[in-house]
Amino acid sequence: MRERRAARESRRAREFEAFVAGAGGRLLHAATLLTGEPTGNAQDDTEAAQALLTVALARTYARWDRLRGEDPYDRTRQELAALYAHRARRYRRPRGGLLDRLTPRERLVLVLRLYEGVAEEQTAATLGLPVERVRAICTRAVTLMRTAPPRAPGAPPVAGHPAGAAR
Amino acid sequence: MSFPDRKEDQVRRMLEGPHPVLPPDLAGRAAGRGQRMLRRRRAARTVGWAVLLAAVVAFTVWAAVVHPWAGPPADTTPPLEGW
Repeated sequence: MRERRAARESRRAREFEAFVAGAGGRLLHAATLLTGEPTGNAQDDTEAAQALLTVALARTYARWDRLRGEDPYDRTRQELAALYAHRARRYRRPRGGLLDRLTPRERLVLVLRLYEGVAEEQTAATLGLPVERVRAICTRAVTLMRTAPPRAPGAPPVAGHPAGAAR
Repeated sequence: MSFPDRKEDQVRRMLEGPHPVLPPDLAGRAAGRGQRMLRRRRAARTVGWAVLLAAVVAFTVWAAVVHPWAGPPADTTPPLEGW
């Protein structure tokens, strides 16, 4: 019994390590886009994104034996999205990242839809929103990304940003 | 390709920037944390089953001793007539 458990644990640890080695970079990039930390230089600090990703990966690890054919990457992405949505308030302050000009929810929709290529319906289900809302948020985020200038660090959200509607 | 798709592609290319460096110990930290989660969950399940088992045993012993299904003994006896 004990030996079987030990064997299972070592197999899980091996598989998990291989998974993180393969998918970790992309997941960390997604997390960094969400937290709004800069990614341009190698020495850029992505501490918040690392913390977010570590918890999401830990939850995937805890579920590893019960994934039943589910893609661990999809699972981790879902955990990441749920965790980020739960902690969204922490990431409102601009940190010099690419998506600084967007609200946390707009970032999440943009990253899921465009960076990760998740279908509209699945994004809506993940966020608990109607599909039309997701489409509207995505369109708005795309427009903002193409037009609005980046927010200065420490500045309040752009005037005219419907803070109430955006949450 | 329609117009909004082109806009989306433009933003998609913006998002595909350089990847940040993955710290080599991140997988290990996540695995350790996940392992602790599993252990906590297992402990909680064990405690839950132990409590359930204890409750079942306690109930069985109590029922065997008290016989709660038996009615209380009658205090009054109906009068005997025509005897």
